[in-house]
Amino acid sequence: MTSKSQAVLNWIDERFPLTSSIKGHLTEYYAPKNFNFWYFFGSLALLVLVIQIVTGIFLVMHYKPDASLNASGVPVAFASVEYIMREVPGGWLIRYLHSTGASAFFIVVYLHMFRGLLYGSYRKPRELIWIFGTLIFLVLMAEAFMGYLLPWGQMSFWGAQVIVNLFSAIPVIGPDLSLVIRGDYVVSDATLNRFFSFHVIAVPLVLIGLVAAHIIALHEVGSNNPDGVEIKKKKDANGIPLDGIPFHPYYTVKDIVGVIAFLFFFSAVVFFAPEGGGYFLEFNNFIPADPLKTPPHIAPVWYFTPFYSVLRAVTYPLFGLDAKFWGVVAMGAAVVVIAFLPWLDRSPVKSIRYKGPIFKFALVVFVICFVILGYLGVLPPTPGRTLVSQICSVLYFAFFLLMPWYSKLDKCKPEPERVTFK
Amino acid sequence: MSVDQKMDSSRRSLLLATSAAGGAAAVATAVPFVASLTPSERAKAAGAPVEVDVSKLAPGEMMTVEWRGKPVWILHRTPEMLASLDQSEPKLSDPASDVASQQPAYAQNKHRSIKPEYLVAVGICTHLGCSPSEKFKPGNEGGMGADWPGGFLCPCHGSVFDLAGRVYKSMPAPTNLEIPPHQYLADSTILVGEDGKA
Repeated sequence: MTSKSQAVLNWIDERFPLTSSIKGHLTEYYAPKNFNFWYFFGSLALLVLVIQIVTGIFLVMHYKPDASLNASGVPVAFASVEYIMREVPGGWLIRYLHSTGASAFFIVVYLHMFRGLLYGSYRKPRELIWIFGTLIFLVLMAEAFMGYLLPWGQMSFWGAQVIVNLFSAIPVIGPDLSLVIRGDYVVSDATLNRFFSFHVIAVPLVLIGLVAAHIIALHEVGSNNPDGVEIKKKKDANGIPLDGIPFHPYYTVKDIVGVIAFLFFFSAVVFFAPEGGGYFLEFNNFIPADPLKTPPHIAPVWYFTPFYSVLRAVTYPLFGLDAKFWGVVAMGAAVVVIAFLPWLDRSPVKSIRYKGPIFKFALVVFVICFVILGYLGVLPPTPGRTLVSQICSVLYFAFFLLMPWYSKLDKCKPEPERVTFK
Repeated sequence: MSVDQKMDSSRRSLLLATSAAGGAAAVATAVPFVASLTPSERAKAAGAPVEVDVSKLAPGEMMTVEWRGKPVWILHRTPEMLASLDQSEPKLSDPASDVASQQPAYAQNKHRSIKPEYLVAVGICTHLGCSPSEKFKPGNEGGMGADWPGGFLCPCHGSVFDLAGRVYKSMPAPTNLEIPPHQYLADSTILVGEDGKA
């Protein structure tokens, strides 16, 4: 570095921690050297967040949150999305990037969470990272739900109608709460405008704050790894973990490979199957919202369906409160229980590599149940399907709530002293 | 160090009082923001009653009008349809319409209406707010089973209602469909949204 640019850097460093931040978070942040495929999804989630923010900024320039009908009798909001698709140069691409990005976000986040389950990334000392992560997941669901109302199609309208009505199941405050959420007695222009406000500014701000907290907490304790052993236990004479490598350049370069592979699949969907077979963009949403006519079958977008199935699985009233309320409670609990994982897992080891057969079996059952619940959530209910979703819901909760016992009983293998690396 | 540890209690009290006052101000400031989320005066005023002419509604036909943004059904029931209400009765959760919130007193009868032949009901399922679909034809034609007397099926979560909007037993929907306040201005003119003063 020339002395002149060094002087500029010094000038900045005396006023802002530039060099020390770059060192602390990149060039001298030591990550375990044995990261595998599963460790791509954190950086990919960040990439998708950026895609959503950038495309979102440009969509807002043309979108109009207005439920009133235009001269040709189409809701203005719906017409403005059509306008983006047909008349704004490149608008179709920006909108498909945003709509596909929503599904991609959940694919990446679900895989990222599964990585945590595999390698015990939620265990001490990473409990707060995990809790921030669960909150990010929760906020992401709110963000996606509110965004889905904006095109003001049939699925937007009736999906919002059903979900907002869920809140009215809460005893005492429920009816008033759903009124405050809607801002009207039915889902209407008031609802559309406030969801727009939440979707484009309030929730993203919270999301970015939580992501920052997630990463700050991660960089405080350091990453876990596929072996689930702490690299900070073995350090060299300079205090650098023996099994750690600087995040930059090693993992920045590795993550670029992941980004390219991701963009390969992502572009394929954006350009060749942006509707995702009716799962990413539901066909009924190409019909403008009609408050007088419910589509014959309402299904949430795929990423909500496992939790939606849990909601529908509760069909019995309890303690004088109707089944609707308990369904809402079960659905909420299915998300919240994830946050308690650090205290539910009593296994002596973190990683699936050294856990015993009981945990492996439980994890397989859990994943199968989650996928079945997701599949049933897109289908209309029948008595048989309801029974299956009830069984899967019980197993879903059993995975978490019985973990303190089965994780303790399990016959684990001894952890290695240092990470395994070939 | 003992000097440092000694607390100046008057300053501490002042600190607490200031924090409490500041907190109260913050809560008070939040009130108008939360209030802005509740329905506006315009939304409250939008509930004007709707006048409907039912003279052209043939027996067995149903029309839908919009009142307060909700679909309101007006079903002209045939004698067979009215007879089906007896058939569905044993399977109902609230056959006598005992839940008072779901209909005005003048519609708390078997046919849940002022005139037996005209059913006026809010077409919103009491479960999660979908609009049930027509399954008027008796029998298995609509996939409702051979002993189906005719009624409504909610497409979202499968709640079933009879031709008076009464919900069947063990359905997701907790109560019968809502009967809105309504009155007859003339023999075939219904005003939806306002009770008769008489």
